[in-house]
Amino acid sequence: MSFKDKFEAYDWEEVKVSIYSKTAQDVLNALLAQKRTLEDFKALISPAASHFLEPMAQLSRKLTQKRFGKTLQMYIPLYLSNECTNICTYCGFSLDNKVRRKTLSREEILREVNVIKSLGYDHVLLVTGEANQTVHTTYFKEVIELIRPYFSQISMEVQPLETAEYEELIALGLYSVLIYQETYHKEDYKKHHPKGKKSNFDYRLETPDRLGQAGILKMGLGVLIGLEDWRTDSFFTAAHLQYLERTYWQTRYSLSFPRLRPFSGGLEPKVEMTDRELVQLICAYRIMNEEVEISLSTRESEQFRDHCIQLGVTSISAGSKTNPGGYAVEPESLEQFEISDERSPAQIAAMIRERGYEPVWKDWDAVFKP
Amino acid sequence: MLKIADKTFESRLFTGTGKFSSAALMEEALLASGSELVTVALRRINVNDAQDDMLLHLKHPHIHLLPNTSGVRTAKEAVFAAQLAREALETNWLKLEIHPDPKYLLPDPIETLKAAEELAKLGFVILPYIHADPVLCKRMEEAGVAAVMPLGSPIGSNKGLKTIDFLEIIIEQSNVPVIVDAGIGSPSDAAKAMEIGADAVLVNTAIAVAGDPVAMAEAFKMGVIAGRMAFEARLGNQENFAVASSPLTAFLDEL
Repeated sequence: MSFKDKFEAYDWEEVKVSIYSKTAQDVLNALLAQKRTLEDFKALISPAASHFLEPMAQLSRKLTQKRFGKTLQMYIPLYLSNECTNICTYCGFSLDNKVRRKTLSREEILREVNVIKSLGYDHVLLVTGEANQTVHTTYFKEVIELIRPYFSQISMEVQPLETAEYEELIALGLYSVLIYQETYHKEDYKKHHPKGKKSNFDYRLETPDRLGQAGILKMGLGVLIGLEDWRTDSFFTAAHLQYLERTYWQTRYSLSFPRLRPFSGGLEPKVEMTDRELVQLICAYRIMNEEVEISLSTRESEQFRDHCIQLGVTSISAGSKTNPGGYAVEPESLEQFEISDERSPAQIAAMIRERGYEPVWKDWDAVFKP
Repeated sequence: MLKIADKTFESRLFTGTGKFSSAALMEEALLASGSELVTVALRRINVNDAQDDMLLHLKHPHIHLLPNTSGVRTAKEAVFAAQLAREALETNWLKLEIHPDPKYLLPDPIETLKAAEELAKLGFVILPYIHADPVLCKRMEEAGVAAVMPLGSPIGSNKGLKTIDFLEIIIEQSNVPVIVDAGIGSPSDAAKAMEIGADAVLVNTAIAVAGDPVAMAEAFKMGVIAGRMAFEARLGNQENFAVASSPLTAFLDEL
């Protein structure tokens, strides 16, 4: 049994019609419910809910503060490599994008780590493309062993791996893995991933199951907003999350909602999501799920991020570079995507404090995994 | 005065340090609460940094630190974390919490008991966070814990004493102090816990996420004092039947 079995019982178009036919009464029922179902979630992300944005935001803020207090986790990505054997229509690292490729050496990684530590970070997110000849489990093991003394929490956003590979990395101190489905629309997924291992929709769909079986402490889910109808994609994300929470009950979960950003050789989003709609989605997820962590990257604008931190978001990045070597080694190399909020971590932390929240730089300890 | 292991406490309000909007506000609220035992999550502090912001704000002569193991999922991890805490914070006191369930953060009774048995042998003063299970509390006592910390309702829920029937049994049976932990949402909940005979309460979320955490901390301080006074003054018995001013059977005396 994996999520694939549940997923195949759904029909994309039926789900979409069901979401778009929700009424104002359905939204009210969802807001007033004691325990909310996936049908309630559909109502909260429906066009009908756009008229309830303020009460949704108020409820989202209240639930978030009850669970997480007035705190925000700080994290930063460390891009290890832009090598990739996949073609993805929306990504700067795509194989058909003719750019210079680079994978950081041990010495270069430590130079990057040095800068990241000087910014105050204790949580790091390792990012690569998918190039199994150079960026493989052996490389990841070496990197985790190399940087573990410097960070209390190490997360990873790389290609899907096998259960046994995840087990090896977890044993070395890997805390969480982010694995985005990009879109749950199977046909469109294939259009956006015409070549490479990533073109296997089912393998990607079952990756969270493999992570759960490996005993990962936290996993991040999400779709890339802009590829397909965001409401339908978000419903499938919520259904996936609900299944995972019930199956792998010892794992924590996080969500993020990357909106398609410009990049070198890039694709225009098929679907535009407005700021109002993104706020609606953040609030809908929070109202549906009080425990899930919600993160917001530097893809979003300064003003948007400043306001979102009190709506339901629980973690935020700052000072991010999306190119390998971006902090110290090769600051001018190609980025995966353009970031929108270019403020420094110190500036972001000051903004968080001004708004009555505490930036949290450390919320884990490697000693918990002896 | 409340005595736990080798320490005595004037205040029966213990507090947590999470969820505050700043370390300075946390400090102000804790001072207003009068709390002398403050639990701090190991995962939130940098034990190698003498200038750790949270620890600096907890440096007061009357405040004893109670490191907790929040974040661990097994007895093995808890023992490891406890040893680190003892070395780094120079205290053998430990709030033992093992909750592998990240959703409701409910404690794992089996792993907690295993850890308590192991840690007692290693000389720790253990205060375990557990479900309001009277049998488990007795088993913990046998393992050598210094107090038990049964939950009032799920952690952070502010739902109050949903487990009150079991808390009353625990209090009745316990040979170690009973500290009601988790779920206490208002000063009246804290007062109620004290009225039924709890030795202390531990409060975090209800203070940290209040509109005015400092005022709320003071309100909890007073709630705990009132509840304890009421317990010591011995509440009048509740009656399940009316005591009539003109009893129906009074005529019998005249016969």
